[in-house]
Amino acid sequence: MVEIVFISTLNGVLYGMLLFLMASGLTVIFSMMGVLNFAHASFYMLGAFFGFAISRHVGFWPGLVIAPLLVGGIGMAVERYGLRRVHRHGHVAELLFTFGLTFVIQQLVEMAWGKLPVDYRVPPSLDFPAFTVFSTNYPTFKIFELLISVAIFAALLLAVKRTRIGLIVQAALSHPDMVGMLGHNVDGVFMLVFGVGAGLAAIAGVIAGPALVTQSNMAELLGPILFVVVVVGGLGSLSGAFAASLLIGLVQTFAVASNASLASAFGSLVSQRAQAYLGDIWNVTVAQIAPILPYLLLVLILIFRPRGLIGARDS
Amino acid sequence: MRTTFAATALALSVFGAAAMPAAAEDALKIAYIDPLSGGGASIGQIGLNQLKFIADAVNAKGGVMGKKVEIAAYDNKLNPQQSLVDVQKAIDDGIRIITQGNGSSVALAIEDFVAKYNERNPGKEVIYLNYAAIDPALTNEKCSYWHFAWDANVGVKLQALTNFIKAKKDIKKVYLIDQDYSFGHSVADTAVRMLKEKRPDIAIVGNEFHPLVKVTDFSPYIAKIKASGADTVITGNWGQDFALLIKAAGDAGLKVDWYTFYAGGAGGPTAVKQANMPDQVFQITEGVNNIDYKPAQDVIRAYFAHYPNAPVYYPRLFNETGMLFKAIEEAKSDDPVKIAVKLEGMKYPTFSSGDEGFMRKDDHQFFQPLYISTLGPLAANQPFDEEHTGWGWKVVAQILVQDTILPTSCKMKRPQ
Repeated sequence: MVEIVFISTLNGVLYGMLLFLMASGLTVIFSMMGVLNFAHASFYMLGAFFGFAISRHVGFWPGLVIAPLLVGGIGMAVERYGLRRVHRHGHVAELLFTFGLTFVIQQLVEMAWGKLPVDYRVPPSLDFPAFTVFSTNYPTFKIFELLISVAIFAALLLAVKRTRIGLIVQAALSHPDMVGMLGHNVDGVFMLVFGVGAGLAAIAGVIAGPALVTQSNMAELLGPILFVVVVVGGLGSLSGAFAASLLIGLVQTFAVASNASLASAFGSLVSQRAQAYLGDIWNVTVAQIAPILPYLLLVLILIFRPRGLIGARDS
Repeated sequence: MRTTFAATALALSVFGAAAMPAAAEDALKIAYIDPLSGGGASIGQIGLNQLKFIADAVNAKGGVMGKKVEIAAYDNKLNPQQSLVDVQKAIDDGIRIITQGNGSSVALAIEDFVAKYNERNPGKEVIYLNYAAIDPALTNEKCSYWHFAWDANVGVKLQALTNFIKAKKDIKKVYLIDQDYSFGHSVADTAVRMLKEKRPDIAIVGNEFHPLVKVTDFSPYIAKIKASGADTVITGNWGQDFALLIKAAGDAGLKVDWYTFYAGGAGGPTAVKQANMPDQVFQITEGVNNIDYKPAQDVIRAYFAHYPNAPVYYPRLFNETGMLFKAIEEAKSDDPVKIAVKLEGMKYPTFSSGDEGFMRKDDHQFFQPLYISTLGPLAANQPFDEEHTGWGWKVVAQILVQDTILPTSCKMKRPQ
């Protein structure tokens, strides 16, 4: 029992931090620009492929720096020449624009790297077990993932709450005209924010690429779980996204470990006929529906606490 | 505005018509219906590459009965409804030979659609060649005269795998993990039944299902397998669900043997190599590259030279097209009605070894030698690695045709 609880907690925290790593850029763009960026997963995929391409020539570490910079640059260009024009037509137009962008990026990636998974490896310097508990290894790369994730969280929080740029960014979100009057370049600020968001997605891609599978449909497969993180955490809240990532990671991991079902919990209390009537719902184990639980959480949060765990506003 | 629109429409239709390949009237057209975008695109693309390769090779030799073979690809996005739309489109395009493989749900839908279509449209029959879908229902309770299956179904493969397991006395505890849909359940149910029959001493220590392509982190599942004390895992997982599972096992240092259906699929060998599991992952297939049979190896070399970035192929597609062309030549016609008559009961030397297989008349299931192989560093007599990993498949057991035969419950309704 202790073993299962301990290992599940550890696995849950590691998975949660991976989720936060992937969702941080999405939260940044949403909380500071109000844009729900559907192409986030595509920037994540670009990061993974750039990281892969760079790692083949100069190694993993330069990739971890160069790929996010490149993708950040692409993000800024997208904001400058695409999103800014679309912005005038409101949120639906923005949404459709980023949605369309996902297809364009996927097609480009397929043209460049094909449809098969590529052999993106964990760097040898991190490719060994960090420690062993209950005869289960924990790879150093996962611990590295966790550290990067926490570092990003801390850096973002500091940047937003404690620096001048953070102040201007926050002010520009609610009072763009006033900030502009004060002599700040509001357009430039938004461009920078979008670039940072895309760059964060790329960092996640460079790190998650070797850990998961790097292929041209990885954006699609990552999909909705990140929106769950952002919504459950509270739209636009960094701390919320951090908490939600941990929560989802733990809920899912503990659910997989559980073999409980309605049948095992109430088996003796309900008549055979009622059991037969309930059928699958009666016998399905918590483990079997574990990966669906985050979406259940999403629905419940939207109904009972639309602002999310630590959200600042209701939309 | 309206004139511009009309002009554009006109221009598009003119150029569109001009851009269409000059489809020769007397070409032998085959509709390939499989995922070419979305999650299944990588596997769908491999099948298409291979069919095109086969068509080019046949056309270079003058085609089939003097007709050029043309492959028309339709993207079904791995969706049964879309597939039926595609079948209809293919029929509207004048195509009467249809091939599909990925997804038993898709296959069942097409099988049913084709049977009904043929009943309503005598004289315009369509034939459905299935190269990969292996739900046993396809050739048992749902069997159809117009459907022919080239891959061994779940029952046949597990029959062979469990016979292999029967002889391995060191296997004591088996864990099953499968995707939560019809195929995954049929793997789990059949495996449990056969193991109980053949090795009652083996304990089934887990029978897990997880949602199809929705899991990012398999480490909790690996923790469960580890806690169960299993020494062997059987899984029908494919694609990302296989790759992530095996990588999570490698990360956690789980030491068990894996018995799989699709470890050799696109991305599988890469994941096994990354997980560093030499000779621990077994798969059952109708052939692997490293079978010492020169005619097959020559073709494989030519294929890889053509597609160096996607060095994966299905021997069964060679069997399928080879038998189709043979049937057409024997019938001296590409009318599906005549093709079906010739295919029934046809004997054919299989691509991978040249050993003879046959298309059983009772249920239209192709029976062929099967191979159990493991992936590991190449030995001296193994010329091919997989996906440029430096690791290749090594055959550990060959199952003869006569040992793969299972009874069928199919009551075939033949057209009058």
